Amino acid sequence: MVIQTGRMAWNAVCANKMRTFLTMLGIIIGVAALIILVSIADGAGNSVSNQISQIGSNYLSARITDNKENPLKLAEFTELFAQDEFAEAAPMGRTSVTGKTGYTSSSLNIYGTSGGYFSIMGMELHAGRLLKKTDLENHSHVIVLSYDTAVEFFGRADAVGESLSLDGKAFQVAGVLSEDSASPSSAMMVKSSDESSETVVLEGYIPYSALSRMADNALEITQFYVSCADEEAMELSEAKLEEILLARFGNDADAFSIQNQSDVLEAMQEVGNTMSIMLGGIAAISLLVGGIGIMNIMLVSVTERTKEIGIRKAIGAGKGSIMLQFLMEAVIVSLSGCMAGIISSWIALQVIGAAAGTALQVSMNGKVALLSVVFSGVIGIIFGLYPARKAAKKKPIDALRYSG
Amino acid sequence: MIQLQEVSKIYQMGNDKVYALDHASMEIRQGEFVSIVGPSGSGKSTMMNIIGCLDTADEGDYILDGISIENYSERELAKIRNQKIGFIFQNFNLLPRLTAEENVELPLIYQRLSTQERKRRVREALEQVELSKRMGHRPAELSGGQQQRVAIARALVTKPSLFLADEPTGNLDTKTGREIMELFHALHEAGNTIVLITHDNQIAEEAQRRIFILDGQVREAAEGEHKVGPKPKKGGTGW
Ligand SMILES: Nc1ncnc2c1ncn2[C@@H]1O[C@H](COP(=O)(O)OP(=O)(O)OP(=O)(O)O)[C@@H](O)[C@H]1O
Ligand SMILES: [Mg+2]
Repeated sequence: MVIQTGRMAWNAVCANKMRTFLTMLGIIIGVAALIILVSIADGAGNSVSNQISQIGSNYLSARITDNKENPLKLAEFTELFAQDEFAEAAPMGRTSVTGKTGYTSSSLNIYGTSGGYFSIMGMELHAGRLLKKTDLENHSHVIVLSYDTAVEFFGRADAVGESLSLDGKAFQVAGVLSEDSASPSSAMMVKSSDESSETVVLEGYIPYSALSRMADNALEITQFYVSCADEEAMELSEAKLEEILLARFGNDADAFSIQNQSDVLEAMQEVGNTMSIMLGGIAAISLLVGGIGIMNIMLVSVTERTKEIGIRKAIGAGKGSIMLQFLMEAVIVSLSGCMAGIISSWIALQVIGAAAGTALQVSMNGKVALLSVVFSGVIGIIFGLYPARKAAKKKPIDALRYSG
Repeated sequence: MIQLQEVSKIYQMGNDKVYALDHASMEIRQGEFVSIVGPSGSGKSTMMNIIGCLDTADEGDYILDGISIENYSERELAKIRNQKIGFIFQNFNLLPRLTAEENVELPLIYQRLSTQERKRRVREALEQVELSKRMGHRPAELSGGQQQRVAIARALVTKPSLFLADEPTGNLDTKTGREIMELFHALHEAGNTIVLITHDNQIAEEAQRRIFILDGQVREAAEGEHKVGPKPKKGGTGW
């Protein structure tokens, strides 16, 4: 019965191909828009969170905002975080200087830190060595350059041993980082911008002690990173860090702030989700409009086929059968439209993916595709229900007499 | 089998009440061949539609097989139309997009029969009306007479006991009309009840009994001259 009714509905839908297609178009556009927008929003969100998680999410960053007239010095810092919970601890200071070689002159960002920083950030060497403990102790004028920076200043990546002057002070290049080791601040800037117009961020890493001589903030540490020995026990480490800092800064929780990388990640994802929901909502509205289109055409169809309804009733079709037939027609239109929409969106996403290259990884969001199928089905039923009821309610004799 | 008791059908036309049927009473017994005659607009079709459960009376009682129609739900009425009654209309009322075969199959689909059983019975019915060769044709590709045969096949495929025909030969020439009448006689001989509306006196007289209607009232339920089918020479196809 259902199969036969389904076939009847299918035949009716096929009988008027142009009209069916135009009706479907509303659903096709709605579904395609929904999937494309949400998939792109997802892809963008994923790219960002991928980059964040690439940088590493097993470290905590802390900032000291009120030193209580008792600034944290490097020696104390080293001692303070020589704990089992922390794998590494690295202070962080930053300044901007003018770097000069015989080859070129350019401003660059200088980070004062310790060797631990590189392992916290998961940075790797291309050549040479990283910062050593002795570098910090001796205020050594050595610098580790990022790959691009080495190329910029020396014309090549293998610049170990070369000399670079920073604001007039000569520094020896101790190491060069591998090409894909970018600092957290520059990573997002570079990667999310268009590949073609890539901006080179020049940066170098020197011993913290050397930086504090160049800048005027002496040896005070206001920002630092610690990595957790156990990635699974982030919260424990965070609590420990807080405990240490509370003890150090007179139990004033406002004197410092601790940021967990996963917090940042969550916040990013939150933003991404909100985007998806917003875009999805807009697309859903167009789906709704498509549904109204279906209802409209179904109402026309019911009127046009009044005679058919009358004949069917005369030979014994019950209310239910008539209703089922028209409801199925609406659902067939909406679901076929949905399928076509999914296919179009898939094609569109391939094209967008190819155009965006590696900058944006777009893939069809399966959940949204599934959701759109369910949604289209529901829309078909809801907007088919009224016309179907109208058809089923017709009195056999009135329907039979109807001359349209 | 059929009992109309003081049945009225009233249409409100502005301030006027139009009695399409005016306290009409009559009875048709199982296995009878009855023709309903009367001038145009006298209420024949109205009566037929009430008998066929397509329409309901405004007043009075219609008793079908001993049970008043009022006792049935809409769903049960659909079932009665499907199983007990076979309709044949003047304008055939076939579904234009379906083939002859599919048109005949339609009432069986509403009976929820298996595909095999349906195919078998459709073939049988089309053989009875001698249209096996036109199974795949759409109504537009058939002559009027052939279309009416398809309609008759559709009516008899469910093996109903009551056939209601509203001017079945009205749109056909005399010769084709004759062929259709033969089919009705055969159905009658097989034990079915036939109610036939017609303008044609000659055709009316072929029935066992004629019912005259004028202005919605049953004027005369005359016993016809022919108590038996008038075509013994061709009869007895035996279903
Ligand atoms: N839907 C309706 N609304 C108003 N009046 C109607 C309606 N249907 C039928 N009538 C009236 O009821 C009366 C009987 O109509 P009916 O169709 O039964 O006549 P009939 O005997 O079948 O005529 P014909 O031989 O021309 O088919 C007519 O006067 C007609 O105008
Ligand atoms: Mg009539």
